[in-house]
Amino acid sequence: MPVKVAAEWLNSCSGCEIAILNLGETLLDLLAELEFVHIPVLMDHKHYGQLGDQEHIDIPSATVGIISGGIRNDEHLEVAHEMRKKCDVLIALGTCATHGGIPALINSYDNQELFDRYYSTESTDPGAAVPTNGISPLLDRCYALDEQIKVDIHLPGCPPHPDNIAQAVLALLNGDAFEPETKSVCDTCPAIRKGKGNISTIKRFVTTPEFNPEESLDQMQCLLEQGYLCSGPVTRSGCSGANGESPRCIAARVPCKGCYGPVKQDGNQLLDMLNALASNGIDISSIPDRDSLLRFSGAHNRLVCHKGGLK
Amino acid sequence: MGKTINIQPLSRIEGHANIKIHLDDQGNVDKAVTHFNSIRGFEKYVQGKPAEEVTRIVTRICGICPWHHHLASTKAVDACFGADVSPAGHILRECMQNMAQINDKILHFYFLAAPDFVMGPDADYSVRNVIGIAGAVPDLAKQVIKMRQLGQMMMEKFAGKVIHPIAAVPGGFSKPMSESQRQSLIKDTEELFEFSKYTIKYAKEVIFPKYLDEVTTLGTITSGFIGTVDEDGSLNFYDGNIRLMKPDGSYTDFHDSQYLDYIGEHVTDVSYGKYPYAKSWDQGFSMDLEDPKGIYRSNCLARINVCDQISTPLAQAELEEFRNNFGRPAQHTLLYHWARLIELVYACEKTLELLQNPEITNPQTRLDVTPSAGRGVGHVEAPRGTLIHDYTTDENGMMVSANMIVGTTHNLAPISMSVEQSAKMLIKDGHVDEGILNRVEMAVRAYDP
Repeated sequence: MPVKVAAEWLNSCSGCEIAILNLGETLLDLLAELEFVHIPVLMDHKHYGQLGDQEHIDIPSATVGIISGGIRNDEHLEVAHEMRKKCDVLIALGTCATHGGIPALINSYDNQELFDRYYSTESTDPGAAVPTNGISPLLDRCYALDEQIKVDIHLPGCPPHPDNIAQAVLALLNGDAFEPETKSVCDTCPAIRKGKGNISTIKRFVTTPEFNPEESLDQMQCLLEQGYLCSGPVTRSGCSGANGESPRCIAARVPCKGCYGPVKQDGNQLLDMLNALASNGIDISSIPDRDSLLRFSGAHNRLVCHKGGLK
Repeated sequence: MGKTINIQPLSRIEGHANIKIHLDDQGNVDKAVTHFNSIRGFEKYVQGKPAEEVTRIVTRICGICPWHHHLASTKAVDACFGADVSPAGHILRECMQNMAQINDKILHFYFLAAPDFVMGPDADYSVRNVIGIAGAVPDLAKQVIKMRQLGQMMMEKFAGKVIHPIAAVPGGFSKPMSESQRQSLIKDTEELFEFSKYTIKYAKEVIFPKYLDEVTTLGTITSGFIGTVDEDGSLNFYDGNIRLMKPDGSYTDFHDSQYLDYIGEHVTDVSYGKYPYAKSWDQGFSMDLEDPKGIYRSNCLARINVCDQISTPLAQAELEEFRNNFGRPAQHTLLYHWARLIELVYACEKTLELLQNPEITNPQTRLDVTPSAGRGVGHVEAPRGTLIHDYTTDENGMMVSANMIVGTTHNLAPISMSVEQSAKMLIKDGHVDEGILNRVEMAVRAYDP
C-alpha cells in the first residue's frame, strides 16, 4: 500500500517544492511508494470542493503531511490547522516553516509600516488604500509553524538539500526515527582553520577572499578567519547533502549566512554568533547590521517590532 | 444574485491566488475576480541592510526564478556603488541566467502545463498531473525528470547553490570557471539542447494541433507587450533596453533607469498584488474587456512579440514560423506555451554561445567594490517577465529604499482579464463542471504565474 502524502505551501517562495523535484530519479523511485492526495503545486485538488461550492476547507486524510512556508495570514492558519487535523505525521519543510525564514524579517516592523511602504513606492499610484476585499487578512507577524501547530519533524534549509528530504521520507517509510542533523556548518566545512586569527573587526563581503581557484576548498583558509562574517559556527549543517560534499555557499567561495537556521531548533543565531565573535576578540560593533544574523530565524519572537521605541 | 464558485487554490501555478466566479440568477457570469493573496514586504525589510547582502535576500521572492532576482539585484547594487564589473563576471552571470531559463521552461511546460494537454482538460484531477503523465507516457516522464535534474545539477556543481544562488556579487562573480568545468557544462547543455529540439517538435506535431480551438479562444484578450531587446532589437534576457509595445505593434524603447516615466502601478481592493500599467500611454488603467486601458503583458509571448529577431539560428527559424502563423503581435493567450518553447531553444543556443566565449574562463571574475551612496536600477528578463529592482543606498552602502516590479506582476491585470473572458465564454445558464473550471485555470497557467 503506498503511503498517502498531503503537501501545502504557505508564506513561501516555492523553492522547497523545487528542491523536492530536484530529487530527480530518486523522486521517481519514491513515487512508487507514495500517493499524493493533495499538493497544489502539482495537483488540482481544491480546498472547497472540485466545483468550488463547499463552505469549509477539506484536505484529504494522509499519513504524511508536508508544509513549507511560515504562517502569515488567516488562510495560512486555517490550512495549517486542517493539515494538522488530517495528517498523522507533519513535516515542517524548509527554514520558513521551521524558523520563519527570510519573510520573518518583516517581524521588525508592524503591518502598517509594511503597507505604508508597499502601497506608496515610487511607481505606485498615489492615494492607494490597503486592499481588503476577498483577500486573507494578515496576522500580526510571521510565525514558524510550531508557534501555531504541533510539528513532528523539522527539516530546515533554504531550501533543504534534496538528500535531506529523501532521508526524512525514507525514514518514515521504513518506520525509523528521523534523526535531525546536530552538527554546525563549520563541522562539515573543509576550509582550513588555523585557530584564532589576528582579526579584530568584520569585513563586508565587497572584496575577494584569498583562495586559489585551481585548488579545492580544503586549501582555502576559513572565510571567518579571513575576516568575513560567516554564520557557519551557528548554523545547522545539512546543505552539503548526504555524500560529504562541501557546504554549498562556501563551495562558491561565499560566506554562509545561516539558511539552515540555528544548530539546535531553539538556538539563537544572533546571540550565539555575537558570543563566538566576542570570545575571539572581534569587535562586534563592526557588524553593519546585526538583525541580518537573524535573517533566517526571525520567528519565535527573535525579531520584534520596536516601532517608536528602541532600534 | 446567484451563487459564487470559489476556485481555491489555483493549482499548477507557482504562486498563491484564487478565483471567485459570481453567477447571476440565470447562472451566467456576473463577474469573475482573481485574488492575488501574497504580500511579504521585501520593499520594507531590505531597508537598512548592507546592499551587497540584499542580492542574496531578494532571491526568496521566487524559488523558481531566484537567479533572475539575484542578478537584477546585483546589477542594481553595482549601479548604486558605481562599481566596475569584471567582463568575465558579466559573462558568467549571463551564462547562469540562460541556464536558469532552460530549467524554468522545462519545468513549466512538462510539470505544470502539459497535464492539461497530454491527459486532457477534462481528465480527472487525480491523473491530470505530472504523476498521471508518468503513468501514461513513462519513458517521456523519465526523460523529463532526468533533463530537469541535469539542468539544475550542472548549475549547482559550478555555482554552489542553484536554488537561492549566491555566486553573483557586486563587481562580478564569486569564482572563475575552470576549463574542465566549461567542457562539462558544454556537454550537459548540448544534451539539453537536443531535448529542447525534441520538445518543440513534439509540441508542434502532437500537442498544439489537438487544441487549436482552445488556443485561438481561451483567455484571449487584446493588450500591449513588454520585453528587453539589445541594440539591434534582438531578444536579450540579461541586458538591453526595455521595449514597450502598444496593441497595434508600435513601440518605444527606453533605458531601465527611466522605468518610472513609462510604468505605473494601480492598486485594487481585491488583491495584495499591484497592477502595473503603461503610464506613458496616458489613458489610465482599465481591465474592461471591450475597452482595456494601459494593459500590457510580460513573459515569453511578450518578448517574442517585441523583439525584431533572435540572434541564434534555430530560435530565429522558430520565430519566423510563429510569426507566419500568428502575426506580430500575437494576442492569443495560449500561445504563451508555444513562445515559451521558442525561448527554450534560444536559451540553449545562447548558453552554448556563452560557453564558447574564451573569456568565460578568465580567472579575473570579480573586482573589489566600495559601498557608497547612489541610486541604481537593475533589470533582467526573468522567465515571467521584465524584472526591475530599483535601489537607493546611503554613504555606507546601506539600503535606504527599494522598489521592485516583478515579472508576473506585469501580468496580474491581464490574468484577471483572461479569467473573466474565459469564465464568461464557458459558463452558460448555470452549467459548470470540473473541465470548465479547469479551462478557466488553463487561461491562468498559460501566463505561468
